This record gives sequence, C-alpha cells and structure tokens, in this order.
Amino acid sequence: MKTLDPIAVKQITKVNWAPFYLLGPAALLMAMFLLGPLLAVLGLSFTDYQLGAKSLNWIGFENFIELYHDKNFWRSLRNTALYSVVVVPTSVLLGLGVALLIEAQKSFKDFYRTIFFLPVMATLIAMAISWQFILHPSFGFLNLLLKEFGLQGHNWLRTEGLALWVLAAIGIWNQFGFNMVLFLAGLVSIPRHLYDAAAMDGASTALERFRLVTWPLLGPVTLFVVVITAIRSFQVFDTVAILTKGGPSKSTEVLLYTMYAEGFEFFKSGYASAVTIVFLVIVLALTLIKTRYLEKRVHYV
Amino acid sequence: MFSRTLRHVVLLLLAAVVLFPFIWMVLTSLKPPEEIYVDHIRWLPDRMYWIENYTRAFTKAPLAQYLLNGVIVTVSIFLLQVFVNLPAAYALSKLRWKGREFVFGLVLACLLIPPHAVAIPVFLLLHQLGLLNSYASLILPWTISVFGIFLMRQFFMTVPDDLVDAARMDGISEFGIVWRVMLPVAYPALTAFGIFSLVAHWNDYFWPLIAVNEQALFTPPLGVVHFRNDDAGTDFGALMAAATVVITPLLVAFVFLQRRFVQGITMTGMK
Repeated sequence: MKTLDPIAVKQITKVNWAPFYLLGPAALLMAMFLLGPLLAVLGLSFTDYQLGAKSLNWIGFENFIELYHDKNFWRSLRNTALYSVVVVPTSVLLGLGVALLIEAQKSFKDFYRTIFFLPVMATLIAMAISWQFILHPSFGFLNLLLKEFGLQGHNWLRTEGLALWVLAAIGIWNQFGFNMVLFLAGLVSIPRHLYDAAAMDGASTALERFRLVTWPLLGPVTLFVVVITAIRSFQVFDTVAILTKGGPSKSTEVLLYTMYAEGFEFFKSGYASAVTIVFLVIVLALTLIKTRYLEKRVHYV
Repeated sequence: MFSRTLRHVVLLLLAAVVLFPFIWMVLTSLKPPEEIYVDHIRWLPDRMYWIENYTRAFTKAPLAQYLLNGVIVTVSIFLLQVFVNLPAAYALSKLRWKGREFVFGLVLACLLIPPHAVAIPVFLLLHQLGLLNSYASLILPWTISVFGIFLMRQFFMTVPDDLVDAARMDGISEFGIVWRVMLPVAYPALTAFGIFSLVAHWNDYFWPLIAVNEQALFTPPLGVVHFRNDDAGTDFGALMAAATVVITPLLVAFVFLQRRFVQGITMTGMK
C-alpha cells in the first residue's frame, strides 16, 4: 500500500467536488452508450421487440430456442469459425515469418515494414472495391492472369465453396501486417546476449537459434497475437457486406452480418439481440484470455 | 539458411502481392474504358484518362461532400474524446477520492465490450432522441472512449505528483490543471491515441451504415459504396478514382508519420 502524502490528505479532508465534475461527462456517456446498451441488449434478447413496434413482450428464452433451430444461424456461426480457422493461423504465421525476415535485414527495414502495414490502415471498404475489380470474372486481373497461363478463371465471389476462401484471403492480406508489427516489437525486446549464449552452446544454424531462443521468448507475444487476430476475425463484416452480402446461398454469411441483417434489414431487434449475445459471449471469452495475458505482462515488466 | 539475396527476393515478392491492389486501383483510375474492359492484361494506360475519371468521381457523386463529412466526423469525435476523457483520466489517476477504484473497475469492464455488441440499443436510443440521420448520430456514441481513459490514465500515473502539486500551490483549479499542466505533458500518448481514433473512424463502415441513410451525411466509406451501387456499377475507372481519393488522406499522413501511425494503430490490440 502507498502511504498518503500530505496534499492528498488535505484533498480528502475538505469536500472535494473535482472528481465529480471531471468525471461527470464521461460517466454519463459511459452509462448512455456502453453500460446501459449492454444491459439493454441482454434484456432485448428475451423479448419479441421489432423495430418501430408499439409494444414488446417478454418471451423468455424463445429467441435462443429459435436460434438453436435456425439453420441459417448455425451456418453463419460455422462460416465465421471457418473464416477464423483459416485467417488466424495463416496471418499469424505470415506475420511472424515476415517479421523474422525483416529483422534479419540490415537495410530496408522501414521500407518493408511500411509496405506490409499499408493494408492495415488503408480504408478496407475502398480496398475491397479494388479487390472486387481484381476478382471480376471477365475483366479482372486474376482471371486474365490465369488465362495467360492457359488456366480457367472463376467467378470468385459468386461461387459457393469459393467465396468464403476468397474473403479469408482478403482478410489475411488485411491483417498480417498488424501481426508483423507486434512480432517485430517482440523480437526487438529479446536480449542479444541470449543469441550469443546459444551460439556458444553450439546452436550454429538460424533454425536452432530460432528454436532455442526466439520461439520460447516469443511465446507470450504469439498467444497475444493469436487472440487478437481471432477477435478481429470474429468481427469480420466490411468485406462480407460489400462483396458478397452473405451469398451465394448464405455461404459467406457471418455472425455480424447475420446480426446486421436481422436487426437493421428485417428489423427483428429482439432476435438480433440474441445473435448479439452469442457474438458477445465468444468475443468476451477471447478478450478475457487477452486481458489475462496483458495483466501478466504488466507484472513481469 | 536463407542467404541475404534470397531473403530480399522473398520479401520483395510478398511486397508486390501486398501492394498489388493499391497499384492496380491507381492504374485503373488512369485508364480509359477501352483499356479497362479488355480480354488480356494491360499494365500502363496507352491513353491517359485520369482527368475524366477523377472528374466523374467528383461530379457524378458528391465525393467532396463525403470527404468533408469524414473530416467533420473524425475531427469532432477526436476533439470531444479529448474533452470528455482527459479530465476523467486525470480524476482516475491524480485525485484521491472514495469510489475511484470502483469507477476505474467500471472503465476496465467497459473495455471488454465490443462496439458491435451495443449497436442495436444505441440505435434505438438515438431513434428515441430523434438523432438518427444527423452528424450527432455519427459522433455522439464515440465521444466516450474507455480505451482513451485507460490509456491516458496509465500515462498520467507516470507523471510526477510534484508537477500537479506545484500547480495547485499556484492556485490553478483542478480543471485548469487538466488543460494547462496535464495536456502538454500528455502530448505523445495523445498523438498515438489521436491517430488510432482518426484512422478507426475514417475507415469505419459498420456504424455509419446503421446511423445514417441520407446521402448528404455519408462518410467516405459509405459514399464510395453508394457510388458503386447506384452510379458507377460498371464504371470502374471512376470507381477506382473515388476509392483512391478515399484512401489518400490517411496514406499521405501515414508516409509522413510512420512510426506514430504504427504505434497508434497497434494500440488497438491493447484495447
């Protein structure tokens, strides 16, 4: 425990309104836009509320039961999981690989880092439109390139069984630079002398040094990167909304898109809230893992 | 294992793939229709057509209005975030009062809420207040940033108490201390947060899609999608021009402020 300094004691002894007016606006907005809505979404998920309806009824777990029997919802959950299962390992490994390659350079580090980071910050909506043109069945670069090699092109975004993979590829393109930066930060913090020590112990190849030093010390960062990427993958929305709208025949429907469609296109607020709760539980579980790690790191540093 | 040259070859190839959507977007925005709708790959435009494409992007759609909206929304959000969250962070770090730990606990709890999860109730609330379809609906929900409070609080914890005490001796009010003592000190953390905030809200599509349906209020991402859907479905030259315009402001800022950008955006991971 810290001891109180005299100034602080003086602060306590007289009535001090400062915290209240300094925190007032933030507290009010926090209640209005975060805590209140969080309780409301939970409450709504137990009602049959439809946007614009005059009244609403408490229907218990009916939304969740409907959800359980809703093939579309399961499909959406499965698609989101599949998307994440593809995007998370690929973008994490790619991020790590690129970070290792860059870190091994003496020159052009900033040059590469800048390029790989561009997709992270460029407006994804605008870039998705560029991808759409690249993937265009008749005039798109990709099909024209395949044609040069005598290969058959595809209607990439309109083919069931292909569209989700294409979206995952765009997701990887969009995310791995972010992971690269986190890995680069992790690599920089590994003390040089550990590599010297490993070399003295006979670790002569780069692969051995990686196995003995880099990988163990990068372990916590890797866990952190995996969880963040998973959270971001579960929130995939932009590319789905503008490239496929969940199609063809629901093959790219993902959780947030289902929530958006139910809530804001079909105006089924109650049902959409139930979808939100499922989304929330998954993201919350992932976030808790991450927070655990962050706390640990704070303790060690 | 890898020789130096091989490493560069791998990195350069990957860089080419990563950059390709940018390059192709810009190249297409320079080409006339007869060079866009072709049955084989054509890299560079034979006939420069960029003036026509960019003119159509700005005249067939109110692209300038979209950009202005983007600036109004992102700048307002950031300024209000500073105004709301900096004093809160100060009260949670440099003042000692009963209930501080509880309030800070609430802030930490709010950090766990993904913004998508509260979209429905926030939408209903703004509907009740009659604020949908206004700049307020685009700005207001983001003025509270628990992440901003958390970040600035952590930063303020490292500021020596002596600095604050000296200001109190000089008779500066607590409110005055926030702006005259803490704000100048907080500059590095605030810049990183500012970049994070500006990038996140310039690029945001989900919330504006829900909050507004009036074209005059569209932010750049909404605007460029609307342009694709309604005006320029197959006019790829103009569409790529519009997309290029939308990403340019951030890209230019990024080139000049690289390190701060990387720092600011990767902070989202800590969120």
